[in-house]
Amino acid sequence: MALVELRDIYKIYHLGGEEIRALDGVSLDIAEGEFCSIIGPSGSGKSTLMHILGCLDSPTSGTLKLDGLEIQNATSRQLAGIRNQKIGFVFQFFNLLPKLNVLQNVELPMVYSGLNARQRREHAMEALRQVELETRSKHRPSQLSGGQQQRVAIARALVNNPRIIFADEPTGNLDSHTGELILDMFRRFHREGRTIILVTHDPEIAAVTPRKIEIRDGKIAQNLDRTLAGLDREIALASHT
Amino acid sequence: MNLLNVIATGLREIWAHKFRSLLTMLGIILGVSSLVAMSAMVKGMELGLKEALAAMGGLEKIRVESQIELPMHQRHLQDRVKGVTMPDVAALKNSAPLVHTITPSVEIWGRGSRTVLGYKDKTARPFSFSGTWPSALDINEHVIEHGRMFNEVDDEMARAVCVIGTGIRDQLFGDPDITGEEIIPIGETITINRQPFTIIGMFQHYESEEARKERLARMEALKQRGGPQRDDNPWSRAKGGHFAFRLKNNTVYIPLNTMLLNFQSGTNAVSAANARLSSLQMKVSDIDYLEKALQQVRNVMMMTHQGLEDFAFRTDEDWATEINRTISDARMSGGIIAAISLIVGGIGIANIMLASISERVREIGIRKSIGATTGDIFVQILVESMVLAMLGGLLGLGTSYGLTQLIGHYAPSDNAPVITFAAMFFAFAASVAVGVVAGMWPAMKASKLHPIQALKYD
Repeated sequence: MALVELRDIYKIYHLGGEEIRALDGVSLDIAEGEFCSIIGPSGSGKSTLMHILGCLDSPTSGTLKLDGLEIQNATSRQLAGIRNQKIGFVFQFFNLLPKLNVLQNVELPMVYSGLNARQRREHAMEALRQVELETRSKHRPSQLSGGQQQRVAIARALVNNPRIIFADEPTGNLDSHTGELILDMFRRFHREGRTIILVTHDPEIAAVTPRKIEIRDGKIAQNLDRTLAGLDREIALASHT
Repeated sequence: MNLLNVIATGLREIWAHKFRSLLTMLGIILGVSSLVAMSAMVKGMELGLKEALAAMGGLEKIRVESQIELPMHQRHLQDRVKGVTMPDVAALKNSAPLVHTITPSVEIWGRGSRTVLGYKDKTARPFSFSGTWPSALDINEHVIEHGRMFNEVDDEMARAVCVIGTGIRDQLFGDPDITGEEIIPIGETITINRQPFTIIGMFQHYESEEARKERLARMEALKQRGGPQRDDNPWSRAKGGHFAFRLKNNTVYIPLNTMLLNFQSGTNAVSAANARLSSLQMKVSDIDYLEKALQQVRNVMMMTHQGLEDFAFRTDEDWATEINRTISDARMSGGIIAAISLIVGGIGIANIMLASISERVREIGIRKSIGATTGDIFVQILVESMVLAMLGGLLGLGTSYGLTQLIGHYAPSDNAPVITFAAMFFAFAASVAVGVVAGMWPAMKASKLHPIQALKYD
């Protein structure tokens, strides 16, 4: 059974009487342990897709199963619980709380899941170790570089040990070298068996993931799984360029 | 998210904007301190008035006064008016078991009366000059501090003896405040309307609790000051506080028969038995039976007066009602002012919370994206508002103490403000309630933000 199952997902907005189909009948399966990218130009609907996958938004119609739970009809409270327990987000603009220090930022998801202070501290330090920032736990986000801030955000996404990590343009605000380091980190997590979904508009970044889902005008234009297609990495890259 | 965390978050947020928070709290601080100070002032007033009420004999006292004018329907019987007389005393003693300590008196009231007391070259005018029975002591809550009260023998013999209050002593012999030592004029002879009387007793000095404290402090200061005596006008300040205390201090009592024989023209030993009295005073055994006792006294007296209503009742019930009304009026008007300032404070909080959440839309989006529920956000904002109001409330309780001291410094002594625990508790509870109400709308607004819109917000 797939970790994520999307069936005929529609997301329709009404803007000034005009109907906008942000998602136009998307069906998609993502298995546990996959590292895939959702790629598409801006306005293609890839962000909407990620929001729905990430339980930040609910679809107009269609069904969505996440880890065996039907969630298209979930209440906002249940959605909050799912976001807290099963999903980790990494954003383009890091989205750390500036008034909290690094450790408190990483602890935040556990504050909402109701862990006690000692457990929170332990788990947060463990997550910071994974992103090699345990020495910066008392710093404010503003005292860190962009790459470090993004690593804190990754630690925060990891800390509740979620089933899926969503990264929305995680390198979009970083220089290419730092971006590369972040991508390496995602690759490492993938090797450790985590499910990671990377949203980007950049084909070069999408190229690092084994699976690539291309969205265009709210529809899946290409759903390419190089491993299933029997293509090795070099061929895939060659075909792309 | 547990409450401790929420409160810590709220405190951090308030601390992050120290000055803004302080300004916001100012409204609540003023509201709470004015509420407490107002209630302390009213409480002080209430205590002062009730003390005065008790000093005048309390609620148990009934006065029956002679009425010269009959009611309209009895006007044609005007020539038969006798007023309250000694036979009434006997009748009431025998037939009105609900009242006791029936005390007849002839009273000459007021500083405008022609009663003049004299000692050597000094003169004084008493507020109240009465010929009465020894039991007047109980009725009017008098306490003899020096010498003795006149007794039945003094009355029977119509002896020229008197008992005075300290106010009279102050005027005729000197005020201890000025002379620095207390003069006890027992055995001295003074004149009352040029007739000689021997002082056989003096009451204690009556004053309110607050006035007593003040006077003792003044005495202490006087002792330390030493040196030549200062000329101090005794009438320049309200000595002893409330009028009731001054009235009691400026009282002269003589035996009833002495009064009738020496000061009522045309009375002799025979007619004294039926002479018109100014009043009968008595006490009710049980305050709950006040109405019934009044009725009983009335019934007995209607019999002895053959239906003529040449007497009237006076109780302190009206006075007590008056006190209660004054107090509740004062409390109401003060309460409204304090409530308005609390409401203004609450509006300030609501305003700042609204500003604060629109600054923090993104933060709310982040919190929601990592698992905060609508309820979590609601509670966070509400608690923040409450913490703000509660801090304001606590600071307000602190400043209210100072404010009350300040008011106490300027208030008349027997109205010295009294801070009660209930008032503090109520004011604090009110500040918490204001915090809740003020935070409700901003919290609702914040919690309803959609996570995606909030995350996109700049």
